[in-house]
Amino acid sequence: MLEVRGLKVAYGGINAVKGIDLDVKRGELVTLIGANGAGKTSTLKALTGLHKPISGHIYYNNNEITAQPPFRLVRQGIALVPEGRGVFARLTVEENIAMGAYSRVDREQIAADQDRVYALFPRLAERRRQLAGTLSGGEQQMLAIGRALMSRPQLLLLDEPSMGLAPLMVHKIFETIRAIAAEGVTLLLVEQNARLALEVCHRGYVMESGTITLADSATALLSNPQVRQAYLGE
Amino acid sequence: MNPVATRRALSPRQRWLAYLVIAALLLALPFAVDALLGRAWVRIIDVALLFILLALGLNIVVGYAGLLDLGYIAFFAVGAYSYALLASPQFGIHGSFLLLLPLGALVAGVFGIVLGAPTLRLRGDYLAIVTLGFGEIIRIFLNNLNRPVNITNGPQGITLIDPLQFGGIALNQSYSVGGLTIAPVHGYYFVFLACALLAIIISLRLEDSRIGRAWVAIREDEVAASAMGINTRNIKLLAFAMGATFGGISGGLFASFQGFISPESFTLLDSIMVLCMVVLGGMGNVGGVVLGAILLTALPEALRYVGQLQQAWFGAVYIDPSDLRMLLFGLALVLMMLFRPAGLWPSSTRRREFAIEDEAGDEERANA
Repeated sequence: MLEVRGLKVAYGGINAVKGIDLDVKRGELVTLIGANGAGKTSTLKALTGLHKPISGHIYYNNNEITAQPPFRLVRQGIALVPEGRGVFARLTVEENIAMGAYSRVDREQIAADQDRVYALFPRLAERRRQLAGTLSGGEQQMLAIGRALMSRPQLLLLDEPSMGLAPLMVHKIFETIRAIAAEGVTLLLVEQNARLALEVCHRGYVMESGTITLADSATALLSNPQVRQAYLGE
Repeated sequence: MNPVATRRALSPRQRWLAYLVIAALLLALPFAVDALLGRAWVRIIDVALLFILLALGLNIVVGYAGLLDLGYIAFFAVGAYSYALLASPQFGIHGSFLLLLPLGALVAGVFGIVLGAPTLRLRGDYLAIVTLGFGEIIRIFLNNLNRPVNITNGPQGITLIDPLQFGGIALNQSYSVGGLTIAPVHGYYFVFLACALLAIIISLRLEDSRIGRAWVAIREDEVAASAMGINTRNIKLLAFAMGATFGGISGGLFASFQGFISPESFTLLDSIMVLCMVVLGGMGNVGGVVLGAILLTALPEALRYVGQLQQAWFGAVYIDPSDLRMLLFGLALVLMMLFRPAGLWPSSTRRREFAIEDEAGDEERANA
């Protein structure tokens, strides 16, 4: 579904991503793990059109989508849950969710999807009229995910959904990620919490200072001594 | 909210009655003011209506899309000069305002895009600085485009600009209709009122539209907005262009109303004044912006009476009223911001923003 070849991303002369290859097949749950500053978020930014790569190619459903603007990609079914959640703080939960369906016009379907999001996150349903900025971190993350689902993505990109959340909340979020995947959405998950990510996903890529150093099935990575030492704290 | 609730409580018949009463009041206003306060105040109302148009335009850029623009008066200037150059002896062209006002709006809109395109990646302070520069560039151009070829007549400005003309009725003359004297200020009042009402309706419709929601999203978080599938580039350019259009129309009307324009009418201070109207009135809320425009136009004029008051109270004029006027005006602005930080009549989201900040402040205080 997603093929990345030789992707290079730079910020004013500093190379953040130094030519990586990456594949995500339909229905798969893939994670990209690595330390702070390894280039994970830069990769996602290039994939979603938020930052133009300096070279390389990105294919989505066999079409080249390199450097297409984000709004086009959303229409093709790629949705991003941005780093740090990026909810519209001064809008209500309801308004945030509605904003997620901005690219769509089928009103009845939108209403149905809205109900699905609330079913997935009952907590959000309780707080419909509350301002997103007054939600807890975990609730904001739920909102960000729910909002992204409103565009009916085929491929959902999640940028560090566990960041800054209490362990209990992290587990809840990962449970929902599994539930979303079970509905047939393909997922690419960027995480620092390597153990959790590898436990949920089928395959994983390990990124280090702009390059992919390891690519394997999640179970293999979990038992890989290098990974265990560097990312699982053993 | 309350206004909605009361609006719902009115039956259709009551609502029509309310509209009729408002319409009657608005129709009678210039004549009543003329009789009670004098013709100078009718002129002030006319100017206030022009400022409503301007402030509503800036409100699209600053209030809806959250793009701080300090050079907004440039679009007013572009509209005014577009009209003046094509309806004055300057080039000997005397176009119809029906053609020239839309043309001025179009030219201003193009300038809006010209300003918007290179500043797409800028926000906040940086955008403010660039727009400030843009406003000055336009003014300085108008000031210097009299050499080598005289286009704008430089600092002397353009004189003898054609008034608005409906068939054989030119608005710069007085007419008598059934014992009622319709002076130029009255005639212009109705034209400006119509334009201001139209601008209000357009603003309200925009607020509720898909575009309006996209502007709000961009204002709140641009990255998230683009992740929602909003074409942030075009939507931002649209905000600049639409805001500029309002300014352009207003400028054309201003030129025809005054009959004379020069670059001096379009300084940074004027940009700031319009911004004050938007911020003080209540950014993002049409009612608030209208209120801000009326108050900030009327207040400096009302303060002219300070000299007479001094005379009456102390028997002599101690402080030059024109000095005191700006001092008191500044003081009034500071007080308004202290007591109504979200504006006199804030939009619901602005109110919420301040509510969130208050809560955060309370928490900090509690933690300390």
